[in-house]
Amino acid sequence: MFGKSDVIPGRRLTLGITLTYVSLFLFIPLAAFMLYASGMGFEKFFAAVTDWRNVHAYGVSFFCALTAGIINALFGLIIAWVLVRYDFRGKKIMDALIDLPFALPTAVAGIALTTLYAQNGLLGKIFYGIGIETAFSPIGITIALIFVGIPFVARSVQPVLKELDPQLEEAANLFGAGNWTIFSKIIFPELIEPLLTGFALAFARGIGEYGSVVFIAGNMPYETEIAPLMIMTKLEQFDYQSAAAIAIVMMILSLTILLGIHGWQARQLKRIGGVVGA
Amino acid sequence: MRESIWLKRTLIFLAASFLFVMLIMPLILVAKEALSKGVDFYFAALTDEFALKALWLTIEATILAVALNTIFGLASAWLLTKFDFRGKTFLGSLIDLPFAISPVVAGLFFIMLFGRMSPLYPLLQEYNLAIVFAVPGIILATVFVTFPFITRELVPVMESQGRSEEEAAATMGANGWTIFRRVTLPNIKWALGYGIVLCSARALGEFGAVSVVSGHIRGKTNTLPLHIEILYNEYNFTAAFAVASVLVLLAIIILILRNLIENAGKASLQVSNLKAGVAND
Repeated sequence: MFGKSDVIPGRRLTLGITLTYVSLFLFIPLAAFMLYASGMGFEKFFAAVTDWRNVHAYGVSFFCALTAGIINALFGLIIAWVLVRYDFRGKKIMDALIDLPFALPTAVAGIALTTLYAQNGLLGKIFYGIGIETAFSPIGITIALIFVGIPFVARSVQPVLKELDPQLEEAANLFGAGNWTIFSKIIFPELIEPLLTGFALAFARGIGEYGSVVFIAGNMPYETEIAPLMIMTKLEQFDYQSAAAIAIVMMILSLTILLGIHGWQARQLKRIGGVVGA
Repeated sequence: MRESIWLKRTLIFLAASFLFVMLIMPLILVAKEALSKGVDFYFAALTDEFALKALWLTIEATILAVALNTIFGLASAWLLTKFDFRGKTFLGSLIDLPFAISPVVAGLFFIMLFGRMSPLYPLLQEYNLAIVFAVPGIILATVFVTFPFITRELVPVMESQGRSEEEAAATMGANGWTIFRRVTLPNIKWALGYGIVLCSARALGEFGAVSVVSGHIRGKTNTLPLHIEILYNEYNFTAAFAVASVLVLLAIIILILRNLIENAGKASLQVSNLKAGVAND
């Protein structure tokens, strides 16, 4: 109890501040929500959760976030690769630019992307020309979620790629292994973990994302409504119970994704028997 | 691995064009649309009474959220890295929880806590306190959404620094505040700065959570992002983009700051490694 660590002062003070703060800003709001949700009764809850319009909205959020996550995993890998392995002009700018989606307010991204991809927009013209409706469609929602998710995969793959031991690759090269073999057998296995972590973060973020999506989505019932928008809609109708029910579904979805990845990583670590990256 | 020059060029081209289309083009578009009705219109949109009020509220919420989260971040990181106790891992994941919750859901929490259906509502009514659909709600929602940023940046750095320096200082009789100021802070100042920058960026731009609790009362509970939404939905596109351009500018400043801090952090790390190396010899 009173081990060596207590040589350092401040245990009670920092514990006090932390617990007070966590209670005020996290526990009490969460508890208020749970209290309210638990008071609504199972039937009402079940009806709200399984309402077809809501189910459709979870589906749109889920599949658009999944697609955006996969596209970001691919491009995030390429971006991280290029930044770590190659030298070229503008590399520093590219490196800094990746974080833009973290710094730019989502509403700004939302209106800019909508204008770009609308039927008469700069990029929309091209897509509509070949018959792809990029605005007010699930494709538009996916585009917005790609924007929001860009930094996640690139930033989680980059440090791992930097730390890879070049000797392994040199050895493989000496033994006559080709580029593809080296990449698929030596490099890629090391990148699976950060790729999945980045993907899961982007995916979970995409499911909850609202600001960048509402403008480009068009918000048509049974077509392009997303789950967070349904909460807003229910709130505007003063239907707080349905809003709470949808919120519970969303929380379960994103926690499942994040905990799933966490659990998978823990199993991997156990399998390797190490504490790599712990 | 020796890739052919063509493979290299293709990959660089792919990465660059992806980022150009997804990130640079939206930025250029904001600038172009903002100025599409001329400079006079642009400045008129920026100095509009409601735009200025929204800007002021955004700044107010950001400063408060960052200040509160800095105090919390320092305290919680100190607690999590300098002491051992039961439930430490749990506390750590709890602090990360707001990252897993949609901002819209976070806003809903505060509606449930202070809104009409809350057990607290009669009490709030009695004392005439407005929290949701008022400024305090906006600040609370912003704090919630930016809750983990600073702790998250500090914990890994303080973890890797270990406890020996602080223990030595404490053994020699330094008090907590002195240890923090003289021993810990110099080691973590870049991480702290980085956390503050990230936290400010998120607080400035928060939309979903603030949108739920604000009630969109123009000139009273509108932040800049919400003001943009209103202008845009009124088909006042040029004004919306004019206001958006201010936030783009802020985003670019944030990215530059982020890079400066990162570079300074790297340099100071190298210096301290160098010193450590000299001391070991």
